[in-house]
Amino acid sequence: MKLFEYMGKELFAKYGIPTPQGRMAKTPEEAEKIAAEIGGPCVVKSQVLSGKRGKAGGIKFPNTPEEAKKAAEEVLGMTIQGLPVECVLVEEKLKIDKELYMSITIDGSAKQAVMIASAYGGMEIEAQPEEYIIKRHIDPELGMLPFFARDIVNRMGFGLRSEHGKQMIGIIQTLYKICKEKDAELVEINPLVFSDDKVMAADSKVTIDDDAMFRMKDIPFVDDKSPAERAAADLGLSFVELEGDIAVMANGAGITMGTLDTLQVFGGTPRNFLDCGGGTGREATAKALDILLGLEPKGLFVNIFGGITRCDDVANAVKDVYEARGGFPVPLVIRLVGTNQDAGREILKSIGVEAFDFMEDAARRIIELVK
Amino acid sequence: MAIIIDENTNVLVMGITGRQASFHTKQMLAYGTKIVAGCTPGKGGQEVEGIPVYNTVREACEKHRIDASVIFVPAPGTKDAAIENLEAGVKVVVIITEGVPVYDEIDIVAYAKRKGAYVLGPNTFGIVSGGKCKMGIPPNQYFVEGDIGVVARSGTLTYEIVGNLTANGLGQSTVVGMGGDRAVGLTFVDVLEMFEKDDQTKAVVLIGEIGGNSEEIASEYIKDMTKPVVAFIAGKSAPPGKRMGHAGAIIERGKGTYQGKVDALNAAGAKVAPLPYQVPALIKEALGRE
Repeated sequence: MKLFEYMGKELFAKYGIPTPQGRMAKTPEEAEKIAAEIGGPCVVKSQVLSGKRGKAGGIKFPNTPEEAKKAAEEVLGMTIQGLPVECVLVEEKLKIDKELYMSITIDGSAKQAVMIASAYGGMEIEAQPEEYIIKRHIDPELGMLPFFARDIVNRMGFGLRSEHGKQMIGIIQTLYKICKEKDAELVEINPLVFSDDKVMAADSKVTIDDDAMFRMKDIPFVDDKSPAERAAADLGLSFVELEGDIAVMANGAGITMGTLDTLQVFGGTPRNFLDCGGGTGREATAKALDILLGLEPKGLFVNIFGGITRCDDVANAVKDVYEARGGFPVPLVIRLVGTNQDAGREILKSIGVEAFDFMEDAARRIIELVK
Repeated sequence: MAIIIDENTNVLVMGITGRQASFHTKQMLAYGTKIVAGCTPGKGGQEVEGIPVYNTVREACEKHRIDASVIFVPAPGTKDAAIENLEAGVKVVVIITEGVPVYDEIDIVAYAKRKGAYVLGPNTFGIVSGGKCKMGIPPNQYFVEGDIGVVARSGTLTYEIVGNLTANGLGQSTVVGMGGDRAVGLTFVDVLEMFEKDDQTKAVVLIGEIGGNSEEIASEYIKDMTKPVVAFIAGKSAPPGKRMGHAGAIIERGKGTYQGKVDALNAAGAKVAPLPYQVPALIKEALGRE
């Protein structure tokens, strides 16, 4: 789950990383009030979960509270990359002497967190030449030892005893603490700025591990999903909307991808990715089928190779939806094999549905039916 | 031979009294797995499918030789359960649980390394040595003994491909699920090395997917292998920037693409099957079998 910039900065401030004075506003009047408190040139930044806010005109630099109100009025009505701006962050305008980059993220191949830093910031890290980028993996059993932080600052080219250097060493250690305590899979400060003798986080990007939300009670919930994606996520399922016409349900991320690939190779177009694997029960499976039918596809393709998923649960879910709707509005093709397959097929037979044995045959059939 | 587990492996089921675990304990026993103990805190003294349940792994280890454990406990308790098994000296820990926080996974993997143990998963279907031992959740009937090694990130897709192998008379030495999450215990290279040394294995099927770079790293090793490798990579049709279920399955900034992986594998001499059902024919071709 991605956090808005202002939420990330609140988190930083709580951990003692300096951030510009200011706070979030939902109305132009609040923005005006905050600007008056700051009492000087401000920045009004749109709060959306997307980059490129500056290019889209979502960041303004008012000099007075009145201008801040007007800036907030403009920005609050905007849509940036399809996302409506519902709040702004009003902050003091910093004097920026230098911009740097710092982040901690997960490196899956190393199976460790990795600190990435650069003495150059403000641009995307991918756009930087390799020689500017400093990386250091963090051994989970050691954590972020002080000398790791010193090494990074030293390699960035700053004096360890300089005012900036000392603050940076502290910030690096704090970033790792945030990652561990808040289960953040990404914490990024870009840019981290030198403002006179202070080092401050001028932006924040924080992503909390969705799998750790159960132990993150103090992090406010941010909804970054479409309605259908949200409905699927509430069922604990992974769902992605695509642009084709065959709605797809399969059990397991790999086979779901494999099913989409197979449809495409045979000339079909998938409407979505929906993984209902991992032992999803009868009721959730039925709800998932409802979500798919809500996409108004031309056909519905269910591909189940049951392991922990039981074929009878899936068949019962299909039957439940069939009975609740008095039939299916679009052609349905099911491939059903694996755990409790015979029981599942009996249930399907009772509503006149014949299951396929092989994915390829079933894929060809659904493509034929939607043509 | 087979790798990691075989007919002599004594297995403990962690969380054995749960709904999924007890169901799959029955399935594993039916496959022939030597399950000798279960563990659920507070339920010591009970039995599940005739298997004694202990309160702690330490207690189970005092009564039995435990070679491998399969973990079915919910995600919030998975790190605790995995470390309990590793600390007790279990050398193979198979973690079925999905949705384990990534920092917990990192801790598990690091601790396993220190203890010299193998961790499969989290978020794996498990491991099957054909006809000998199954730890995990795959449907029994498709996994038969033979000479094909299979290594995969993803579960159901593996059943699909193993089902195709079996239907074409190609049994398996061992089928290894590494797990679909970002920080899992084994790499493709770890498993390919074991297959390369295993007498029973004559060819290997690698089942990968878009995202990350583990297939590219595996390709470097495949160059030096004496045994043929056939691969299938899922996610050919996936659009960039969309996470396809697994934590790692996402094409970001032009990296981890289908084509990049296929090119790397082809350059290493591996054949890539465009669709799952085409894997057996490529294996037969590589082994010169009808």
